Amino acid sequence: MRRVRRSLAITFLLGYCAVIGAEQGRLPADQMAKAIRLDSISIPSPGELFAALEKPGKPNWVDQMRGPVGMNYKNRAQIALNLGGLIADGFIAVEAKDSQQVKNIGTDIIKLAKALGVSENVLSRGNSINEFAENDEWDALQEELEATQNEVKSSMQTHRDQDLVILVSVGGWIRGTQVVSAAVMQNYDERAAKVLRQPALVSFIQSKLNDVSPEMRNDPLVKDVSSELPEVEKLVSFPPGKAPTADDVKKVNEAVGKIMTQIQTKQDSK
Amino acid sequence: MKMPIVSIFAGIVLAATTGFSTGESDSEVNAHKAALDLAGAFSNEGFKIRDGHWAGTIKPHDHALIAVNLYAGNQYWFSVGATDAAKKLAVNVYDETGKLVQTEGYNEGEKAAAGFSPTSSGQYYVMVDLVDGNESSVCLVYSYK
Repeated sequence: MRRVRRSLAITFLLGYCAVIGAEQGRLPADQMAKAIRLDSISIPSPGELFAALEKPGKPNWVDQMRGPVGMNYKNRAQIALNLGGLIADGFIAVEAKDSQQVKNIGTDIIKLAKALGVSENVLSRGNSINEFAENDEWDALQEELEATQNEVKSSMQTHRDQDLVILVSVGGWIRGTQVVSAAVMQNYDERAAKVLRQPALVSFIQSKLNDVSPEMRNDPLVKDVSSELPEVEKLVSFPPGKAPTADDVKKVNEAVGKIMTQIQTKQDSK
Repeated sequence: MKMPIVSIFAGIVLAATTGFSTGESDSEVNAHKAALDLAGAFSNEGFKIRDGHWAGTIKPHDHALIAVNLYAGNQYWFSVGATDAAKKLAVNVYDETGKLVQTEGYNEGEKAAAGFSPTSSGQYYVMVDLVDGNESSVCLVYSYK
């Protein structure tokens, strides 16, 4: 009887130690809530998203390219959102290894950046993009595009246009998600579909949009984009490890497609 | 895979001159250089370095926790560099439920890295600990392929 008690005690002690060990390896919820979240590191680049999409099989990137984007926007929020989308287009052209398209997009990026009054440093990146495209330096181009995006944001911060920074990221993420969902719809694969799961990212974007100045928050286009995001968040909130169905992917594509149309075509945004 | 030397160099120059996080101190810029130096080693294996980064100061036996959003299917390396005052750093990754993720590690003085391949897309947390040494400027960059 004494031996049974002792082995029960040892079993309990070992189990208790295992629980303690597991808890030591786990972050408390309040610590996770207070984690540092930055636009520059917490929002993935379009290149990162496209790299994951390619793992199960290379999609037809040429099919995902779109026609030229308007260059005559007057509203700064609309320019910033389209600039983000255009940078994502640059990544698509790099994936498609289409050097002429990369150069065209590079020129358009600089035009939109100029319209926002960004620094000369950004403008000189247009030459680098052309040079890398001429020499088919695809890896370097990806890094140059991301560096261009960050330099645009850095210039915005310097010029006290902080509110525009998140809009560039939002434009890039929406266009990237539109392309990825379209590619998955074209050739459904569970592994590729899994990349669409990003509820925390959409929630972060929403919180950043809530932090912009009241003037920017009341911009009709920004208002429209913000109002659509809760629905998008629901659509990309699949359980961890579970792939969305083809129908789920179609719904994501429709939701982000609707936002992208507003970003591109909304008239008199302000 | 060909290493994009020009781009890495451009990244280092950019870190030294502008940096997306404006108002960085000289020691944070140096920590950024150290992090890029370590991340550059993974470029030889085809990893692309993200241009964005986090830089800050960590006290002895304290840590910084940074949220990142990752994609299933990609492989990631989180590289940390610090100024000389740091003697030993640790990098750990946690999933969105707060569970410690199994990672490959690298550790050498004021540089450390952790690598893994997420099986689920979503939010992860990178914890940077200053295990040994005095208060230091620390920088985190990450690479993916």
